[in-house]
Amino acid sequence: MEEKKRSLGCLFPLTRFFIFLKVYKVKRFITPFLFLLVIAYGANQLQAQIEILLPAPVTEVTVKDKPNDSGESIIVRWKKSLDDGAGSFSVKEYEILRSVEKDGVYNIITTSPAGSEEYIDGNTIDGKDYYYIVRTTDGVNFIDSEPTEAVRSSAQWFHRGRINMLVAAVLLSTFVLWFIRRAQRGEELYIRPIAGLKAVDEAVGRATEMGKPILFIPGIQDMDNIQTIAGIIILGRVARKAAEYEASLLVPTARSIVMTTARETVKEAFTDAGRPDLFDPDKIRYLTDAQFGYAAGVDGIMIRERPAAVFFMGAFYAESLILAETGHSVGAIQIAGTAMPAQLPFFVTACDYTLIGEEFFAASAYLSKESRLLGSLKGQDLGKAIFIGILILGCVLATLGIGWLTTLLTVGQ
Amino acid sequence: MFETIGIWIAALLTLCIFSFLYKDNPFYKFAEHLFIGVSAGYWACYYYHNVLQPNLFVPLFQEGRPIFIIPLVLGIMMLLHLVPKISWISRWPLAFIVGTYAGYYLITYLQTNALEQVTATLVPLVTFSSVVLFVGVTTGLVYFFFSKEHKGTFGGIAKFGIWFLMIAFGASFGYTVMARISLLIGRMTFLLKDWLHIIQ
Repeated sequence: MEEKKRSLGCLFPLTRFFIFLKVYKVKRFITPFLFLLVIAYGANQLQAQIEILLPAPVTEVTVKDKPNDSGESIIVRWKKSLDDGAGSFSVKEYEILRSVEKDGVYNIITTSPAGSEEYIDGNTIDGKDYYYIVRTTDGVNFIDSEPTEAVRSSAQWFHRGRINMLVAAVLLSTFVLWFIRRAQRGEELYIRPIAGLKAVDEAVGRATEMGKPILFIPGIQDMDNIQTIAGIIILGRVARKAAEYEASLLVPTARSIVMTTARETVKEAFTDAGRPDLFDPDKIRYLTDAQFGYAAGVDGIMIRERPAAVFFMGAFYAESLILAETGHSVGAIQIAGTAMPAQLPFFVTACDYTLIGEEFFAASAYLSKESRLLGSLKGQDLGKAIFIGILILGCVLATLGIGWLTTLLTVGQ
Repeated sequence: MFETIGIWIAALLTLCIFSFLYKDNPFYKFAEHLFIGVSAGYWACYYYHNVLQPNLFVPLFQEGRPIFIIPLVLGIMMLLHLVPKISWISRWPLAFIVGTYAGYYLITYLQTNALEQVTATLVPLVTFSSVVLFVGVTTGLVYFFFSKEHKGTFGGIAKFGIWFLMIAFGASFGYTVMARISLLIGRMTFLLKDWLHIIQ
């Protein structure tokens, strides 16, 4: 409203001029001169008014290569216009213009909403000079900042904001390697008994006694999932026991690579047990990648084959309860192991034993007694002990208002 | 016309699958085999068009990028599993996949499952929620400590940890069951609205 008043204000001198002519009856010869003078004054006032209507430009425009990245990114920062969220509130957005020459043609590469003070240009070529202008616009009028100095994007070898990650990874790896070395030297490394694992041999034995097959389900994820890998390691143990007891082992899979890996694992286990003749590759088969198609297929196998023991070892999603309930309905002893938090409640409810989260990963080490797996487990235990210590110390410090430990552990993105 | 036929097929197949609630029967078997067969074929086509073609064939044969010979060779080695005499070669690409992903996820999991969780737990112990968070996380970690038997005070702390886990599982169970009920509602809506037009 104030701006409008000011723009009308420029007309007042003209009105005053005509009153002056009428009141003082000025001679005709000076009238044109005075008229021109007033027009010039009015034009000057209007020009000043137009300048007032323009939004204030952004200030302190800086550019720099985005640090700790793989290149091809430049950060443009500015201090927002005085009319952005204040003053005349006229700023609508900022336009970012880029050129490869300081005095060259600048093209708009993006727009940033009012209130913003940073833009990351992720479309640059490393090693090439770029210049930027930040244009402040109210939707009609605009005003540009001065062009910035030249800036180049580049890639960095090290992400300095993630040195804490490096330290943690090196420490953890050192612990693991140290314990593996100790295990390989023949030192006995203690691992506490895990309830669900004791039941593995029992389940295989039960299936043998009943003359029914064992059904092993390695989840619905591929071999890139660490849970599938852990599941396959446990499959090796189950297969070995099945070979020793001459029990039938069925392994339906939802991924072709998992099928191949499972076949290799079971074949090796049967060979190690001295019964390669019992290995039947057709019992380890691929059904489908589709989640519920796989669930329907496994349900069908459960109902028709009526396994005495069912193992769910891997990564599961919404099909977990469907599978576990069907297994329960056929009277099978069920042992599950997964690290999927949303599915664990279903397995806890419907299965006889459940390996929760890391117990599942520990199971493979416990069952195999393999020095590398045992060493890994012990190394991780030491890591957990350190984390518990950090938690206690960090919470005490945070309660006292000291936050350096939190800062130290925060990982840069 | 085609839409109506599609709705009828979908509705009848849904009923075939639901018939499993009674017992295994030929209708369920038919739907099951159809589902598995169609989805296996669908995923084979999907992988060809969305994985093999854009990630291997186009870069290698159209753009002429020689580095993509490596995945091609690994893929062929994988297929050699079908030749019994040299099936052992397929173990190499498998070892490559398993090893690569194990290494890759070591860092990812260390960040998301360890450091970020610990950082998020470092809160001032001034409210009831923060104390519960601290006690729950610490005792939960003690439960997953495998180097010491759960006996005495240590066992008691671990037991406290498993209580926390079970309470969390209970909450998660209820929440997820609600989500599954919504799936059932979706199917029933399809049958009653799109197929039978009983509800609007």
